[in-house]
Amino acid sequence: MDLHAVIESLPRYGEPLLVTIGVTVASAALALVLAFALGLMTGSRHLAVRTPARVFVEFFRGTSVVVQLFWFAFAMPVVLGIQFDYLIVAGVIALGLNYGAYSSEVVRGAIAAVPQGQLEASTALNLTPFQRMRLVVLPQAWPEMIPSLCAFAIMLLKASALVSVIGILDITWLAGLIGKQPGQDRLLHYGVVLVIYFVLAWLIWTGMRALERRAKRGLGVDAKPVKGRLDPAVAAGGVG
Amino acid sequence: MQTGWSNETVREIFPAMWDGFLVVLQVTLVAGIIAVVLGLFVAIGERGGPVWLRRPLSLAFQFIRNTPLLVQVLIVWTATSLYINPDWSAFAVGSAVLGVHYASYTSESFRAGIDAIPQGQWEAATALNLPTRRVWGAVVLPQMFRRSAAAVGNWIIAMFKEVPTLFVIGVMEMVAQARAFQGQHYTGAVEGYTIAGLLFLAASYPVAVAMRRLEIRFAKSNY
Repeated sequence: MDLHAVIESLPRYGEPLLVTIGVTVASAALALVLAFALGLMTGSRHLAVRTPARVFVEFFRGTSVVVQLFWFAFAMPVVLGIQFDYLIVAGVIALGLNYGAYSSEVVRGAIAAVPQGQLEASTALNLTPFQRMRLVVLPQAWPEMIPSLCAFAIMLLKASALVSVIGILDITWLAGLIGKQPGQDRLLHYGVVLVIYFVLAWLIWTGMRALERRAKRGLGVDAKPVKGRLDPAVAAGGVG
Repeated sequence: MQTGWSNETVREIFPAMWDGFLVVLQVTLVAGIIAVVLGLFVAIGERGGPVWLRRPLSLAFQFIRNTPLLVQVLIVWTATSLYINPDWSAFAVGSAVLGVHYASYTSESFRAGIDAIPQGQWEAATALNLPTRRVWGAVVLPQMFRRSAAAVGNWIIAMFKEVPTLFVIGVMEMVAQARAFQGQHYTGAVEGYTIAGLLFLAASYPVAVAMRRLEIRFAKSNY
């Protein structure tokens, strides 16, 4: 009986599912751009470039994504006078800035890990710093970043559920709403939502694996087979 | 409707935010113990446990790791308050869910620590005919702890910053305190969330720096 009611209401998840995916994709795009900008800046030799980026990264890593979400949604309009027409923008900004700050460490680390000889060779070839970054450093650093970025993309997907608490109508919000209606089982609805998130995480993971294989093939390196594991680099380092 | 920053409101809201901060610390302590102990057992189970247990254990924690904490908190809280025992406190249920969620991360770090131990160590333990208890207790775990300490410390910091998620089930941490204050005084959003963020920063940054030092020290000690 309960199960029947749950199955009947499954089509209602369509639109909120698009919201969940939209929030995740939009904030992941923002995070990726920010990660590269901040990663290049924090890896810079110049103190004047490095310091502001470092402060930004430490600030956003240190202040809790949940608090940031509430701050951007309810405090920023008051303090800065910036009012979004849609609350969803505040959610995307909070998630994007937070995960951009975390992922910038991945970018910085991968760039720093490119062997010194490669840099010396680019100097010997008389490449400009920009050419060196674009033609030598990034093509080698990029495949190394993908597994860790994938781990962050999945964490970002999970964090996107938090936007439901500031009143954005995603699948977590819908499960709570339908679950309260008569004849519905809230537990089953939350269960459905968990499975949806798991499938989305699996999609991200599969896509990133394919991307990594392609990027490594470009360098003539075989991607190590990892099955359903947390990226070894993330497992070894943790995420503070 | 609030119009801007007010020092008056800061003075009024701060005691409540401090109470919330203490609750965050208490949750972190309880959930942290669960995350470390359970994570350790899961890692040992995946590497040294009975073969029939390894795959289901790994799959279960993979599911926990890849689904949102928020939904896990909601589903467990619904189950306990509606079906199991309505007397269980939000603090206890929330801490348990948070601890189990982060055990899914710490177990991966412990497991990575076990896997990084050179094969020769295992072979030497076999050659010495050490009993299983001694292999783990005297050879594997001491080396694993050195390798995993910084990573697990980082997960605990990450967990600390996710405690506010528990406001959805009514744990009176900082976000819940700020919301309660707003409900009574119709102001305090700016001050409350700013104080919450700054307290998180003040508490987590020094620990994060210490963990980075630890990481570098262990990396240098040639392990």
